[in-house]
Amino acid sequence: MADMIKDHILDRPNSYIGKTIPRPNAKRLLSGRGTFTDDVKLLRMTHVAFLRSTYAHAEIVSIDASAAKESNGVVAVVTGAEMAEVCSPWVGVLSHLEGLKSAPQHALAVKKASWQGEPVVAVVANTRAQAEDAIELVEIEWKELPVVTDMETALDADTPLIHPELGDNLAWRRELDVGDVDGAYANADHVIEETYISNRHTGVCLETRGILADYNPGEDQLTIYHSTQAPHMMQSLFAKHLDIEEHKIRVICKDVGGSYGIKVHSYPDEYATVALAYMLKRPVKFTADRLESFTSDIHARDHRIKTKIAVSNEGEIQAFEIDDLTGIGPYSVYPRTSGIEANQVVNLTGGQYLNPNYRAMATVVLQNKSPMCQYRAVGHPILTMITEGMVDDAARKIGMDPLEIRRKNLVPDDAYPYTAPSGLPFENLSHQASLEKLVKMMDYDGLRKDQAEAREQGIYRGIGLATFIEVTNPGPAFYGVGGAPISAQDGATMRLDAKGNVIVEIGVTEQGQGAEAVVAQCAATALGVTMDKIKVIAGDTDITPYGGGTWGSRAAGIGGEAAVQAGKALRQNIVEVAGIMLQSDPSTLDIRDNKIVDLADGKERIELSEVGRVCYYRPDTLPKDYQSELVVTRHYVPKQFPFAFTNGVQGCYLEVDTNTGFIDFKKFCVVEDCGTVINPQLVDEQVRGGVIQGLGGALLEECLYSPEGQLLNGTMADYLVPMAAEMPDIEVGHVESPTLDSELGAKGAGEAGTGGAPAVVMNAINDALNPLGGKVTVQPFTPERILQAIGKI
Amino acid sequence: MKPSAFNYAKPSSVDEVLGLLSEYGDEATILAGGQSLVPTMNMRLSAPSLVIDINGLAELSGISSNGESLRIGALTRHVEIENSSEIAEHAPLITMAMPSIAHPAIRNRGTMGGSIAMADPAAEMPACLCALGAEIEITGGSGARKVAATDFFKGLYDTDLGGDEIITAIEIPKISAGYCSAFDELARRHGDYAMCGAAAHAKVDGLVISDLRLVFFAVGGTPVVAAAVGSAMADQTVDEISIAAAQHAVEDDLSPFDDLQCSATLRMHYAKELTKRILNTLVAG
Repeated sequence: MADMIKDHILDRPNSYIGKTIPRPNAKRLLSGRGTFTDDVKLLRMTHVAFLRSTYAHAEIVSIDASAAKESNGVVAVVTGAEMAEVCSPWVGVLSHLEGLKSAPQHALAVKKASWQGEPVVAVVANTRAQAEDAIELVEIEWKELPVVTDMETALDADTPLIHPELGDNLAWRRELDVGDVDGAYANADHVIEETYISNRHTGVCLETRGILADYNPGEDQLTIYHSTQAPHMMQSLFAKHLDIEEHKIRVICKDVGGSYGIKVHSYPDEYATVALAYMLKRPVKFTADRLESFTSDIHARDHRIKTKIAVSNEGEIQAFEIDDLTGIGPYSVYPRTSGIEANQVVNLTGGQYLNPNYRAMATVVLQNKSPMCQYRAVGHPILTMITEGMVDDAARKIGMDPLEIRRKNLVPDDAYPYTAPSGLPFENLSHQASLEKLVKMMDYDGLRKDQAEAREQGIYRGIGLATFIEVTNPGPAFYGVGGAPISAQDGATMRLDAKGNVIVEIGVTEQGQGAEAVVAQCAATALGVTMDKIKVIAGDTDITPYGGGTWGSRAAGIGGEAAVQAGKALRQNIVEVAGIMLQSDPSTLDIRDNKIVDLADGKERIELSEVGRVCYYRPDTLPKDYQSELVVTRHYVPKQFPFAFTNGVQGCYLEVDTNTGFIDFKKFCVVEDCGTVINPQLVDEQVRGGVIQGLGGALLEECLYSPEGQLLNGTMADYLVPMAAEMPDIEVGHVESPTLDSELGAKGAGEAGTGGAPAVVMNAINDALNPLGGKVTVQPFTPERILQAIGKI
Repeated sequence: MKPSAFNYAKPSSVDEVLGLLSEYGDEATILAGGQSLVPTMNMRLSAPSLVIDINGLAELSGISSNGESLRIGALTRHVEIENSSEIAEHAPLITMAMPSIAHPAIRNRGTMGGSIAMADPAAEMPACLCALGAEIEITGGSGARKVAATDFFKGLYDTDLGGDEIITAIEIPKISAGYCSAFDELARRHGDYAMCGAAAHAKVDGLVISDLRLVFFAVGGTPVVAAAVGSAMADQTVDEISIAAAQHAVEDDLSPFDDLQCSATLRMHYAKELTKRILNTLVAG
């Protein structure tokens, strides 16, 4: 396609595409000059704190707020019933997840609370401390209700119903049966069954959730500073549930200290904060503290999956079957729903392998725990763990090397486009090339030799491999078709100023991952200016083109392409004016290094700033029938494929201390294919950070609940996130298979690391434990579980 | 996570501290490094009406050599102890344990006195002091008294410290010729509270160990002196047989508990693993 497009972005002279450019915002952030939501302070600002349910399931018999209202500094105390008069409830369903059901959810609990941590009463005061003082004075009479915590029994006839009006505790079920699974079982040499468990964990953002809302009755305008990934989505949702017109709401998203999907959902306490500002006509700030983050941020990945794989003695995979059970808390989260994670598991399990026979069932049940929803690499850590776990199960059974069984069964690189058994189309994946590159990077044969030598000395080392598929650059198929107000397309507006500088306004958002840098590289390359001339503005619904924001690994692939097309269009407009000024044919001109040059030989004609000067200050020198246009907007949405699927493979080598169950990483390699690499350093950082987040879930992180639905480890001392000392060095390699759905060819890279890490570490542990007859299948793979697996304790 | 309102005092003498303590009783609390106190206040797990900040009391800070013992002021920061050549020479067990206390930022603020007053059962310093036969100097209205570390820790977060007293110093006997120390702990992540830890001090002659004081932490409400292991290893050569006997003796010494990070079974397993490691380390010189 590069050959087919005249003036292709990848053929630009002085290109920044594929170059490691330091991110322009790094200096500001590192010098402490970032502006996170909590840094914004407004006149007459108040603070809200929430009284949260201490019960997992309880009826609110009565609320006495009289003492709290008299407490020092208190501005208002608002209950669920009062809040419901201002903010309407929502139901987290999407029409394309057929049959998904949930109950109406309120900003503050009305009549009953359904999880420990659900906001019940809002206290607004002059300081957060005063608000917390007053919370202690609110008296609530509770009537405890029976609690549903175990997803295995959630659908039993004698299990109480969380929402009686729904008829049962089933939120959603999806079944898929493709090919002839039973026939495959009948013909297979081996059918191997296993049960894998991924325990519930959460994304821990350095910057907790935060929102500051300010209502100006003089112009009927709500201004909301919000630490979010999707400002336009939030604008739409706040407008809908407060019954205000969208253009009267401005969502400003300044610096965001990590989001990982945690900040792509709408939260009851955030609606409440905005509603309070609207009610009180004063700015109201809510900054989640670390303790309430653990019970009010979404959780993820609580799955029990029964698996079956059929394989021949020669190593041909003949069928995959999975039965996934997941508990999502008491409500499907709005507006993206809590069905997507299980849906991904059904869609993509086994998708990298040449197998036509696939049966899957996903059962999504309600429970009285914190709501679960999408977190970085939605579903992928689970589906990759079971897919690659099953493949290793099969390899062990027939005595085949894990590398060989993968070589034998991966969909060949020349078979694309290819349709997975679930019906999803894959444009161009590179499993084979990626695997062979990884094998070289990690010196697979050398590691096998080292492993054998170590074993002779009683040292247990293991090699893990995990190939994976990743959903990126989602089109409207993800949410829009189901009715969610989430833009699938994004726009870039580029403006040349009178001095030859360029302002880029972009719909995707910066979360600390470097989206602004990537957009600037694309814009600078497309237009022909240097990076220092570019300023990127993101995260402001009043300013930027309407867009979806950052999620689903879409910022670079979609935002970058919008910037490319805007840059090319602006260049067209500029050379048109320059042609008039220089009395040259515009088609013979180009822009390079901030100058108008001759396209043929790069000979300098005039500075870009001269064009700006003439267009803005001396348009009288241009023809009377000519109007220059130095602002352009272009939009982009992938159209040929519903998603730009990517792929990759992870490999790791580790040692298990069989006396302690501790793991020591010896080598960790990732090869990933995100199509065109715009900024190698930023891609590598995404992969490494993603791997670490995946390893967190694989080895350390788990939301531990009591049978009564109480979260037992809601502090940073008890909930263990990965820290640098224990984490491996991660080598990253790339294979580039650009998507032809865009000129830039970039796919997403933000979730590749997270998706594959649990699988690769599990397979490596099990490879190490295999001579001892041990195997781990329950994530996180703690020292205790490892020692139990080998019978040491 | 904002504390309840409290009053704040920053006295300039120990007597002034004692006066405030006797006036406010249980309503007052001492602020030293604040590494445990401040989080509990922010979580409203404690709500003192008066916080007595002793950080202005220079006389409570510092390390001095005192004939046969070392004296560490209660307000001495972990980082100062970690970097002290006198501690390294005369009480190497303390130096060995220091890197395991949380992280540098916490060691920059946290104090020896604060750590032992808190008496967290998973903390390193209480176990080390018990292993070394250290004494805690406690000052109250009627003057100073000394309590053996092994008598100071009475239960979970419970010590011999009276409500109107403060810890003023720790005295550690200097290591004698022929003695060695060893320290080890098993934590999920470096710097976490251990799942199980051990501090040991013994006379070592070649491969023969005597006068072993092995103290486990994170296995009970207080540091636990492994007396049975000490007896089992009296004048014993460290070898596979004696290690196995010592590991067996651990079962007589400990009754570990379940918590969020690991089970009692794993704790016992780790205690035995640490026993082996500690004995091997002691005789390895």
